[in-house]
Amino acid sequence: MKKILLGNEAIARGAYEAGVKVSTAYPGTPSTEITEAIAKYNEIYAEWSPNEKVALEVAIGASVAGARSIVCMKHVGVNVAADPLFTLAYTGVNGGLVLVVADDPGMHSSQNEQDSRYYAIANSIPMLEPSDSGEAKEFTKLAFEMSEKYDTPVMLRSTTRVSHSQSFVELEERNEVGVKPYIKDITKYAMMPAMAVGRHKVVEERIKKLAVDANSMSINKITYKSTKIGIICSGVVAKYAEEALPDASILKFGMVNPLPMEMIKEFAGKVEKLYVIEELEPIFETQIKAQGIECIGKEIFSIQGEFSVALIKNKMLGEPIPVADTTLPVRPPVMCPGCPHRSVFYVLKKLKLMVTADIGCYTLGAGQPLNAVDTVVCMGASIGMCHGVDKALGREQSKKTVAVIGDSTFVHSGITGVVDAVYNQGSSTIIILDNSTTGMTGHQPNPATGRTIRDQVTHQLDLEKVVRACGVNSVQTVDAYDMVAVEKAIKEELEKDEVSVIIARKPCVLLTKEIKTPYYIDNNKCKKCGMCMKIGCPAIMMTKDKVFSIKADQCVGCGVCLQMCKFDAIKLGGKN
Amino acid sequence: MANILIVGVGGQGTLLASRVLGNYAVLTGQDCKLSEVHGMSQRGGSVVTHVRVGNNILSPIVAVGDADIIIAFEKLEALRWRHYLKKDGMMVVNEQEIMPMPVITGAMEYPNDIKQKLQEVCKNTLFINAAELAHECGNVKVANVIMLGALAKNLGFKYEDIIEAVKMTVPARFLDINLMAIEKGFNAK
Ligand SMILES: Cc1ncc(C[n+]2csc(CCOP(=O)(O)OP(=O)(O)O)c2C)c(N)n1
Repeated sequence: MKKILLGNEAIARGAYEAGVKVSTAYPGTPSTEITEAIAKYNEIYAEWSPNEKVALEVAIGASVAGARSIVCMKHVGVNVAADPLFTLAYTGVNGGLVLVVADDPGMHSSQNEQDSRYYAIANSIPMLEPSDSGEAKEFTKLAFEMSEKYDTPVMLRSTTRVSHSQSFVELEERNEVGVKPYIKDITKYAMMPAMAVGRHKVVEERIKKLAVDANSMSINKITYKSTKIGIICSGVVAKYAEEALPDASILKFGMVNPLPMEMIKEFAGKVEKLYVIEELEPIFETQIKAQGIECIGKEIFSIQGEFSVALIKNKMLGEPIPVADTTLPVRPPVMCPGCPHRSVFYVLKKLKLMVTADIGCYTLGAGQPLNAVDTVVCMGASIGMCHGVDKALGREQSKKTVAVIGDSTFVHSGITGVVDAVYNQGSSTIIILDNSTTGMTGHQPNPATGRTIRDQVTHQLDLEKVVRACGVNSVQTVDAYDMVAVEKAIKEELEKDEVSVIIARKPCVLLTKEIKTPYYIDNNKCKKCGMCMKIGCPAIMMTKDKVFSIKADQCVGCGVCLQMCKFDAIKLGGKN
Repeated sequence: MANILIVGVGGQGTLLASRVLGNYAVLTGQDCKLSEVHGMSQRGGSVVTHVRVGNNILSPIVAVGDADIIIAFEKLEALRWRHYLKKDGMMVVNEQEIMPMPVITGAMEYPNDIKQKLQEVCKNTLFINAAELAHECGNVKVANVIMLGALAKNLGFKYEDIIEAVKMTVPARFLDINLMAIEKGFNAK
C-alpha cells in the first residue's frame, strides 16, 4: 500500500518495519515527529528521555541487550549525546542501533546551523542521508542491517526539508527480528584503556572496509546524462539539482560517510566540469579536493542557509531570483495570547534585570516589546551563566541578575547548574517557568508533568523537592499570571545572599484549551495611556488614532492585561 | 502540475489545508509533495506551506517565481510571498488582517494599500472574506477550509474529489461543519 507520509513518519515506519524494539528521544525540531509517530506502534517501547545523552545511553543498553534500537534528536542534541556516542563507536552494537539526527539548514527553529556530518567523520561511523520520505523509510531499514553487518552504530541524517515534507511511501510488513542473545564480552563492551586500544583498531578497520564497500552500494548512485556538467550531492539537494539542471549527470550519495572515492574518481573522469552542491559545510568538497580532483563548490555556493531549485539555477545558470519586498513589517513568532511567560517577562523588564535566559517558548521574551532577555546559548546554559555573572561581578550585579529556564529545559540540563551554584557558594536567583509541558517543540510531556509519551500517569518529578535536595533553601512558588506576586518574589529572592529558586507556575494555554470569557476595552473609560500594549499581547490592538481594542477571537481571558490598566477600562465579556 | 503556496500566520491552520491537498493527490492518483512548517514559526510567525501535485515531483518546495497559485490566509502575508508567483499566476486572498508585532508596538504601520499592490502584480487576484463565511458556518476556525474550497475551485478540482479528500483528512465529528465550509469556499465569488 502506498501512503503519503511526512519524512519523520517515514523514518518511524522504517523503524517499525525493521523490527525495532526500543525507541528513545528528546524532542527537538525538526526531529520530534519521528518519536511521536513511533509511539503509535504498540510493538515498540517508546520514551521521551530527559535529554539526548540519556536517550542514547538507553538505546545503547537496549542494543547491547540484543534489541534493535533507535534514538532521535535534532542536530544540537548530538552535542549533548556526544560523550556516549564517541565510545559507542568503539564498542559497536549487538542489536542494531541507529541514531537519527535532523539538521536545520537555514535555522527555521534552531540556535545554530551545525553540520552533523562532522560527527560521523569524527566518530568514524557510517551516515546515511535520504532525500524524501520513500528513501527515509528504506534508508532507516538499511541502517539497521548495516549496523548489525558492520557492528557499528549508524547515523541517519535528515534535514528540515526531508523531515517536514510529505511524499509517497510504500508500506511493508514488520520484520519481527527478535532479540539477539547477549554474550558477556568486556573486551567489547567495557571500555577501559586496555580494551579500548583493541577496539580503536576495530574502528579503523571497519571504516576502511566501509569506504571500500561504499563503491558498490546501490544507495550511492550515478545517473549519466550530458557529461558537460557533473554534480555531486546528497539528500534533498539532489532533488533540487535534478530539477534545476535536468540534463546534468548526477552522483548522489545515499551514504555521506565514508565517501565512495572510486565512484567519485570515475564520475570526475567522465564529466567536463564537476560541481559539488552541498548545504552547510564543504564536507564532500574538502575530501574530494584532497584527492587532487578539481571541482567547484563553496566558491559559488554559500555555507549558510538552505538551497533551492531557484538558488541552483541562479548560481549555475545566472538566472535571476525574484526577491521579496523587504520593506514590509516583519512577522516574527511571538508568545501566544494567554502565554504564562508574558507576565513574568514584563516584570523582569520593569525591574530592569539582566536575564540569562534559555531555550524554549520563553526565548520569545527577547523580542519587542518585552525585550527582556540578555543571553541565549544552549539548553541549560541560563543557570551556569547566571552563576558566572555572579562570580565575575560580585554581589552588586548578582542582585540585578536572574536566570530564566523552562520546566523541560530544567530537567534536561538545568539541575547540575543549580548543584554547581549551591556547591560553589553563589547567590543566583533562578526562575523556573513551569508551564507543565515542553511547549516550543509541540507539547511533549516531560518528567515534571507526570505523564509518559503514551499519556500514562507516572511519577511526577517535584521541582521544589529537587532544588531543595540540591541545597537551595529559599524556594517560592507563584502563579505566573499574578504579576504582583511574581514581582514580590523576585525582589525578595534577589536580596538573599544565597542561591534561590522561584517557580512561576501556570499550564500552557494551548494545552489546557480552557475557553474563558474574553475581555474588551471600554473606550469610555480608556485614557489611552497605552500600558496594555506594553505586554505585547497579539490580541490587543491599537489604531493609528489610538483607539485600543481586544480581539475577542484571540483573547483567552488570562487577565494579565487587566493588571496593566489603572483605569478599569478592561472588562470581561468581549464579543466578536 | 500545480505548484501551490499556502501562506498565513502560525496557528491559522495551514497544515490542515495542505493535508487535504495531499489526500486529494492520493485520490486522483497523482504524485505529490508537501513541505510544512513545524516548530518556532507556529507561534504566530509568518508561515508557508508548499504543495506540489502532478507527475514525478522532485523538489518538495515550490521555486521562487514558479507558483501557479498563492492562497493567503492573511492579507499582509499575500504581499510578503507574492514574489513566488508565476507571471500569469493567481492569488486567492483572505481579507483578514492580523497585526504583526512591529505594528502592535507602533514601530511600523500595517500597509493600507495591499489590495492595490496585489492587483498590480497579479490581475487575477480573488479576495474572500473567509472570517465572515466561517462565521456563517458557526465557527471562525473553519476559515482555512473555506480558503481551501476557493483554491480547489480555482485550480479546477472536481467538487466531489475535494469533498472526498476532506472526508479522508478531518475527524468524523468535525466533518459536517468542514463540508459546509468547503462548499462556501468553492462557491465564493
Ligand atoms: C540540546 C537541545 N535539544 C533540544 C532542543 C529543542 N528545544 C528547544 S526548546 C525545547 C524545550 C522547551 O521546553 P521548556 O523548557 O519546558 O519551555 P517551553 O517551550 O515549554 O516554554 C526544546 C526541546 C534544543 N534546542 N537543544
